[in-house]
Amino acid sequence: MSQSYNRGLIEDFGRWKEFSAGMWAWIFHKFTGWMLIGYLFTHIAVLSTSIGASSESTAVIQAENDVYTTTLQGLEGLFLIRLLEIGLLAVAVFHILNGLRLLMVDLGIGLESQDKSFYASLLLTGAITVASVPTFMTEVGI
Amino acid sequence: MSTQQAEPESQEAPEDPAMKGAESPAADEQNGGGMVDEHAEKAAELEGETVHIKVFRYDPEVEGKQEPRFDDFHVPFEKGMTVLDSVMYARDEYDSSLTFRHSCRQAVCGSDAFFVNGKQRLGCKTQISDLEQPVRIEPLPHQEVVKDLVVDMDHFYDQMHTVEPYFQDEDTPPVDDLEEQRQSQENREKIKMSSRCIWCGACMSSCNIAAGDNEYLGPAAINKAYKFAMDDREGEEIKEHRLRILEQEHGVWRCQTQFSCTEVCPKDIPLTEHIQELKREAVKKNLKFW
Repeated sequence: MSQSYNRGLIEDFGRWKEFSAGMWAWIFHKFTGWMLIGYLFTHIAVLSTSIGASSESTAVIQAENDVYTTTLQGLEGLFLIRLLEIGLLAVAVFHILNGLRLLMVDLGIGLESQDKSFYASLLLTGAITVASVPTFMTEVGI
Repeated sequence: MSTQQAEPESQEAPEDPAMKGAESPAADEQNGGGMVDEHAEKAAELEGETVHIKVFRYDPEVEGKQEPRFDDFHVPFEKGMTVLDSVMYARDEYDSSLTFRHSCRQAVCGSDAFFVNGKQRLGCKTQISDLEQPVRIEPLPHQEVVKDLVVDMDHFYDQMHTVEPYFQDEDTPPVDDLEEQRQSQENREKIKMSSRCIWCGACMSSCNIAAGDNEYLGPAAINKAYKFAMDDREGEEIKEHRLRILEQEHGVWRCQTQFSCTEVCPKDIPLTEHIQELKREAVKKNLKFW
């Protein structure tokens, strides 16, 4: 063989239409995992405002004027934040359900229906997300 | 369709002879305007149903083929025609330079794994009538292309040999004590599927972990190791030795259960299941509760 040809990234993301269930499950699992890590940092940032609030007097806290309460109330008043919360729920639920699916795969249970369990976790995620909308969207202007 | 088609043009261009039913940019350049008439002629000649295949072409040694391209062939359809049949027809009737590996034509030799319509399949086991046309036939991804549909399998074979794919026993007993090495029916059933591997390389090509990590053993090699590690006739020591190879960083633990290999295996071997079982074996071997 004098020379050969390397086609590089063939069959990678350019061919996403040809991916099968197991591949999509893997991609979604990685994606939701990174989203949850990202959320963890914003979560810490928001909760850290309670450090400032802890030195406030009881009266200020009872009047809900401390930095922690105002930060949370301010955030929860935003339509975008409510949308992101629904997204967060969807991401977390999928990650949990697919995690259970992977646990079964690791234990060698029902590997022949791994695609069905992926579709089931997608459907269940969708249903739970839709069902959560009324709860997340109360008292925000819609 | 008759095979006597030794027209003058075909003798002038030996590497791209008799282009009936074939459309190739390079051939068009070589044969000039004469191709148009020939196209009309061949279209009339190919009566009945035809299949349209697009075949990947590349040859570093032929000028005009150094830049990879797809050639179109229209092959007369026959009931029961496989992808391999169609490329063989294209080679025999249209372009004798079309190169691919094949041997037994009955899914035993494992030579003709191609990337057909975006999936690794065995050419001889894939009915062309099941596929959407035009059927895109490419060499296996993640392996370097030597010529047309022929890929370099060296790395695949290296990985297969890493797991010592042969039966081993501690010591060969003295000649007088030699006897049949019997396997229980249950044990035979356990390794039955893993023993079906034909070394076609479809799984390795479909695995995108193997594509990014050249040290990863890959599904075929791990399955081969499974066949022997699970075989009761091999001694405990040999099994431990096998697990020591498998439990390394680039062994079973690289598998991320995407199921791509199981999806494409032409012999329906539950590769992911076997890899997962070996992962559990490796954990059990190393887990200590004291």
